[in-house]
Order: sequence, then structure tokens, then C-alpha cells
Amino acid sequence: MQLTITEAGDPQIIRVEDGRIDSAVAIQFKDAVREAVSASATRVVLDLGHVEFIDSSGLGAIVAAMKGLSQGQRLDLAALRPMVDKVFRMTRMDTIFVIHDTVEAAQGGSGN
Amino acid sequence: MPDRSEEGARLAFEMTLDSTPAEVRRAVDRAQRALGRFGWCEEPRRAAELVLAEALNNIVEHAYGESPEGRIHVALTATAVQADLVVCDCGGAMPDGRLPPGEPVDLEMGLHDLPEGGFGWYLIRRLADRLVYRRCGGHNRLEIRIRNAVARGSADDPA
Repeated sequence: MQLTITEAGDPQIIRVEDGRIDSAVAIQFKDAVREAVSASATRVVLDLGHVEFIDSSGLGAIVAAMKGLSQGQRLDLAALRPMVDKVFRMTRMDTIFVIHDTVEAAQGGSGN
Repeated sequence: MPDRSEEGARLAFEMTLDSTPAEVRRAVDRAQRALGRFGWCEEPRRAAELVLAEALNNIVEHAYGESPEGRIHVALTATAVQADLVVCDCGGAMPDGRLPPGEPVDLEMGLHDLPEGGFGWYLIRRLADRLVYRRCGGHNRLEIRIRNAVARGSADDPA
């Protein structure tokens, strides 16, 4: 599971380079995000622009990654492709995470 | 109006896979690409891929209890408007011999108590049009029908 820190400040932006977050990589994904998160960022944004497919394991891994943040840190999501966006909406996980249309929008503000 | 949805249905893809997440990934990718050859566009193709992935993940995790020794057979028959998947395995039966209800996952709780799973059957039930499960002779057989929502719109158009 390859992640790239594209912005090291606050918000910290972490881009998921793989096209899939599924049961084959869910555990590696969760561990990789936890490792990549900067202790000094109050807001961490996962750039999902390259992710074409997510399943329930992948969704669980994003939840697990969020739970791994320190108190006072928040995990936002950005640039969801249609399939990924649909899974978040169907499971109502879109009510749990702040989801930004683009990475630029995520950098701009703390809201939607 | 007669149901012509099965007219011209052809075998799109068939595969026997080991009960591992890597094999599941390979199978669902082949299935969604096969639907592309039947004219399915990205969105319904990905929905079908997700339904199959959840069904196969369930077999890997529960029917075979994460043992990689199990075998799963998948057959996909398709037309431009519908896909029929038949998934067979020799693992354990579904609890109570029937499909899980797939209730929506409750999210009304603190962030740190949020569930990290349990979405699978809910997603399958939301996206599939028909589900039939049978347990016979130590086998599980799951039939899943998925409509191509995009193609159906134009096929139903009388003009």
C-alpha cells in the first residue's frame, strides 16, 4: 500500500496511490496511514482521487485509521471518485467524515 | 410485457479461485471487465464488482474462516441489462441457513466506537436485485442478480 504525503503542513495531505482499498490491503492501509500521520497536524486529509474501488473492508480500514488519530486530530477525505462516493453515501459514512470535492477545497477550509 | 431480460444471456466469465483476498481481487476485476464487454459502463460495473467482492469476502472470512485452502466457483452470465452471478463454495453454512438481514449499520455513537465492519450484506442487499441462497450437500450456492441501472433506463424507453 503506497501513500504519498503531498502536503506536510496543517492540514497534512496524504494521497493514496493504490487504485483499490479492499480486503487484500485493508490492514496494510490502516497501518500505513497511522504511520504517515504527522503528530503536529490537527487536520489530516486523505486524498482518494486515485482510488477507483473500495469495499466494506476498505471502509472499515478508513474508520480504523480515523480512530488511530490522537485526540484533537481529525481525518477528512477528499476527491472521492463516483464509486467510492456512492459507498460512503450508502453506508451513511458521509455523515461521519467531512468530505471535500477536491484537495484544494480541503486545503482551503475546515468545513465542507 | 414479457420479461425479455434473459434473452441472449451468455456466459461472461467463469473462474475457480482459492479462498484468499488476493484471489477475490483477481476474480472481481475479471468480472467487472467482462461486464464492460457487454456494454456496461463504469458505475453499474463497479456496483456489480462490489456486490461480488462482498459475497466472496464473506465466504473467505466466514464460510472458510480465513483458511486459504477453500475453493470458490464463480460464474457470471450477462446481457446488456442484467448480470447473474452464481457463487458456490464448500465452506460452512450461513448462520441459521439463511442470508444475513443486512441491516444498516448504526452510526449513532462516539467516533471511537464506530464499527469497522458489518457493511457487507447491507451493501449487497442495496445493490442486488435478487438473491437466492441454498445449502445442499455441504455446498453453499448463492445466486445474485444485478440490473444494469443505466442500460435499463434506455431499454424500457418505448421510443
